Amino acid sequence: MVLPKSSALIILLIVIGLVIGGTWIGQNINLLPIDASTNASVYDELFKVLFSIGAILFFGITGLVIYSLIRFRKKPGELGDGLPIADNLPLEVFWTAVPTIVILFVGLYSYDIYDRMGGMQKLQINQHDHSAMVSEQKIWGGIGTGSIEPTTQNKATSLPVEVTALQFAFLFHYPKGDILSGELHVPVGQPVSMRLESKDVIHAFWVPQFRIKQDIIPGQPTMLNFTPTKPGRYPIICAELCGPYHGGMRSSVIVEEPNKYQEWFNSNSKESLTES
Amino acid sequence: MTISIPEKTNSPIGNLQPKGWFRYFSFSLDHKVIGLQYLVCGFIFYLIGGALASAIRIELTSPISDFVPRDVYNQILTLHGTIMIFLWIVPVVNGAFGNYLIPFYVGARDMAFPRLNAIAFWMIPPAGLLLISSYFINGSAQSGWTAYPPLSITTPAAGQLIWILSVLLLGGSSIFGGVNFIATILKLRRPGLKLMQMPMYCWAMLGTSILIVLSTPVLAGTLILLSFDIVAHTGFFNPSLGGNAVVYQHLFWFYSHPAVYIMVLPAFGLVSEILPVHSRKPLFGYSTMVYSIMTIVVLGFLVWAHHMFTSGTPPWMRLFFTIATSFIAVPTGIKFFNWVATLWGGKITLNSAMLFSCGFIVNFVFGGITGVALAQVPFDIHVHDTYFVVAHFHYIVYGGSVFVIFSSIYHWYPKFTGRMLNENLGRFHFALTFIGFNLCFAPQHWLGLNGMPRRVAEYDPQFQFVNQLSSIGALIMAISTLPFLWNAIHSAFKGSIAGDNPWAALTPEWLTSSPPPVENWDGPAPLVTKPYGYGVQTKEAETQSGNEPAINGDN
Amino acid sequence: MTTLEQSQQKSEVTHSPLEEEHRDVRMFGLATFLIADGMTFAGFFAAYLTYKAVNPLLPDAIYEVELPLPTLNTVLLLISSATFHRAGKALHNNQATKCQRWLLITAGLGLAFLASQMVEYFTLPFGLTDNVFASTFYALTGFHGLHVTLGTIMILIVWWQSRSPGGRITSQNTFPLEAAELFWHFVDGIWVVLFIILYLL
Repeated sequence: MVLPKSSALIILLIVIGLVIGGTWIGQNINLLPIDASTNASVYDELFKVLFSIGAILFFGITGLVIYSLIRFRKKPGELGDGLPIADNLPLEVFWTAVPTIVILFVGLYSYDIYDRMGGMQKLQINQHDHSAMVSEQKIWGGIGTGSIEPTTQNKATSLPVEVTALQFAFLFHYPKGDILSGELHVPVGQPVSMRLESKDVIHAFWVPQFRIKQDIIPGQPTMLNFTPTKPGRYPIICAELCGPYHGGMRSSVIVEEPNKYQEWFNSNSKESLTES
Repeated sequence: MTISIPEKTNSPIGNLQPKGWFRYFSFSLDHKVIGLQYLVCGFIFYLIGGALASAIRIELTSPISDFVPRDVYNQILTLHGTIMIFLWIVPVVNGAFGNYLIPFYVGARDMAFPRLNAIAFWMIPPAGLLLISSYFINGSAQSGWTAYPPLSITTPAAGQLIWILSVLLLGGSSIFGGVNFIATILKLRRPGLKLMQMPMYCWAMLGTSILIVLSTPVLAGTLILLSFDIVAHTGFFNPSLGGNAVVYQHLFWFYSHPAVYIMVLPAFGLVSEILPVHSRKPLFGYSTMVYSIMTIVVLGFLVWAHHMFTSGTPPWMRLFFTIATSFIAVPTGIKFFNWVATLWGGKITLNSAMLFSCGFIVNFVFGGITGVALAQVPFDIHVHDTYFVVAHFHYIVYGGSVFVIFSSIYHWYPKFTGRMLNENLGRFHFALTFIGFNLCFAPQHWLGLNGMPRRVAEYDPQFQFVNQLSSIGALIMAISTLPFLWNAIHSAFKGSIAGDNPWAALTPEWLTSSPPPVENWDGPAPLVTKPYGYGVQTKEAETQSGNEPAINGDN
Repeated sequence: MTTLEQSQQKSEVTHSPLEEEHRDVRMFGLATFLIADGMTFAGFFAAYLTYKAVNPLLPDAIYEVELPLPTLNTVLLLISSATFHRAGKALHNNQATKCQRWLLITAGLGLAFLASQMVEYFTLPFGLTDNVFASTFYALTGFHGLHVTLGTIMILIVWWQSRSPGGRITSQNTFPLEAAELFWHFVDGIWVVLFIILYLL
């Protein structure tokens, strides 16, 4: 099974072509919505790498299958069996080692991404939240529970929001101005620290443009942090089957410039005082 | 080749089993009859589950909920998932082909416990009918096939309880089957047949049965607790009564992740039988294949929590399950490379069985790649519970298991019936299925990435076009069933005579008449120690066209 | 089959007389099934331990289980395993009456266990739906009690069958007794684990 030099060269060229092609596909074909949070850009980095590796493997193996089916098909009138080759130890070691290395690389890389998203950070609970909590209750953390941006700037203090999910709506409560809203308003660039709670069944908080999702499980108050980076209006979607109107359980997050957000905050903050 | 061929004796074997067509509707103890009962029964449920899938795709052609009421939609998707998993794929890849082939492969006359085997099968039709009838009584379960509490506790109780009862029956049937397979493979092997000489499907079924025996009871226990929550108002999984909804998820996925391997490992085994026959080459890397199966079995128990990355699981748990899940790709990858190496240098006949098997390889590689991506916590956080996941697991269970089921039907139909299926119709069936399947599910990856959650009847209007594309794919898939049905029914009566061994295959089921006699061989069972010994005598002429029974005319 | 292969293989035909008889693998099958059954318990234990770790009860909801009665139960079951073993031995030695006596004693111990379990149920300070601990307690002990009931019924059936002269259970056909014995030992083993996890931990 020693290959002649020419075919070794061809194989090498095909492999290089595959790697370049796969990488090009992964880097240039965009399947994701816009990235509107600090989380999202980190996520997209991982996605591109996984997409590239996936494209290389998929086209490689599919190509091999199709080539084999054409090259080794039985010609009409041809009799007899194929080669009685049942194993080849070096080859088998090779294709055990390659996936192992790829998996190790992907695993380490995604650990790094996970860490950068704040997955490994300790849960940070805002002090003022304690008033609303039963004293002994345990708080659970979603991804990005720590503050995403270390406190480099003075404005890094996070905006606390209490999210209540119930069949079939999200309610947002701003403890600072005692605002109760059906939509989430946040200023661009400021970390938001949400405390999620469910009144009835399991819901999930998902903003595709932020690339974050967290199940809201009754009995498990959960922290979820994110920092929006691009102004706009993005959907908030319930991603866990929660009943007949699950598909309609949606809301919006409105990311605004800080001054516009302050406007909204001021107007609603006053109203809520007169209201209740 | 080491095969021993018994002398043919013409003494009819007397037994009390019913004969003729009626035996397929009786409490027959013959493993071949039970296998075909599983197959046909499973296929009927596949048609029902497929009809439900069509209803889902019709609903999703428009972004508003207009085709069925919302609660009915949830019932439909629950029934679709439950039927396809518990009444179609699991019974068919295990029960149907396992019962038919395993006794042949180990050189036995029947399974270890024929009566238990018949009981296990006859638990399935009542369980299935119970499940479907719940729709007409008071509405069936509507909390998805996962039945996550507290939703499953708060939705109408009758449907959910019938669902639980039905799944318990099906789980029991599956455990009985598993016990039977383990006993048959380990204890009923013909003297002289060593473990490492068994056809690969035996190993796949051994691994699968271990998974079934160890994991299904956990699901049963969990569902019993869930029914207590519904009936007796205990609070196991109900947080408002001090329970914990996540405990259910852990217990549920401890079964339901291995359930994925229960659906695909037998498919791996079947492909390992089909590829060598039609490429006229030995199965590449037999021993690595065996070790991969057993590695997958062990790892299969250690990965369940990757379904719960967004459930507030602690970071260390997320990391552990990411790593364990990713590493399943290694043994799985080995199997795929081995299959490609089996094709390489062969003399391939690209018939329907082969087309479906190769379609399986392509689809499953795709589903496997998205699977490795999904195993990464940061990746999963975004796409969990979206159409990306829906697409991924349909690539695994449809593109994987169902393609293999069709491939196996094309491969073993001559043995089942003694007649050949029509090749042209088979290829047409493959083309429709492959195109329809990919058109239906490939676009769903994009939907999930861009913000369409699963299990919704209404969605953002920007997704309408892609959803319609997917629905067209589903329509093609639905149509693809027609040529197959026609082919299967018509060929049973009018197909050309197959002869004993139309593929010139070497595994033991081909060393008897088609269809085989009641106790499999008229004489003593043959000893096949090299089931993949192709190419050893290349000079020997073989014919491939199924129309001429040139190999063996003594049928 | 191709003629060439056939001619080659003719020389290697091996027939074994063993092959024709259907080997008795019933005990193996039962053992496999018991492993499955044990996994159901394992699921319950896992749930119980998780509740204990993750869902601590509110301070006023902590219940102490009394130890004397369950300890008596443990002793009852352990003795019954020994008596069942004696019954099996007696059967092998062809001592039918001795076997029957030991079987009855075992069944009696099983019934005593069930009675004692009932006493415990009625004296416990908590009911099924009081809290998660209570629910899990009743689920585990109840599921085990169901097994003890089944086992006792099996023993009584075996006893009944071994009584009839020329009956089904003889020193030649020991399977029903051995099956019941294996099941009984299994149920005992589960109880020991249950006792440690539920009462001692």
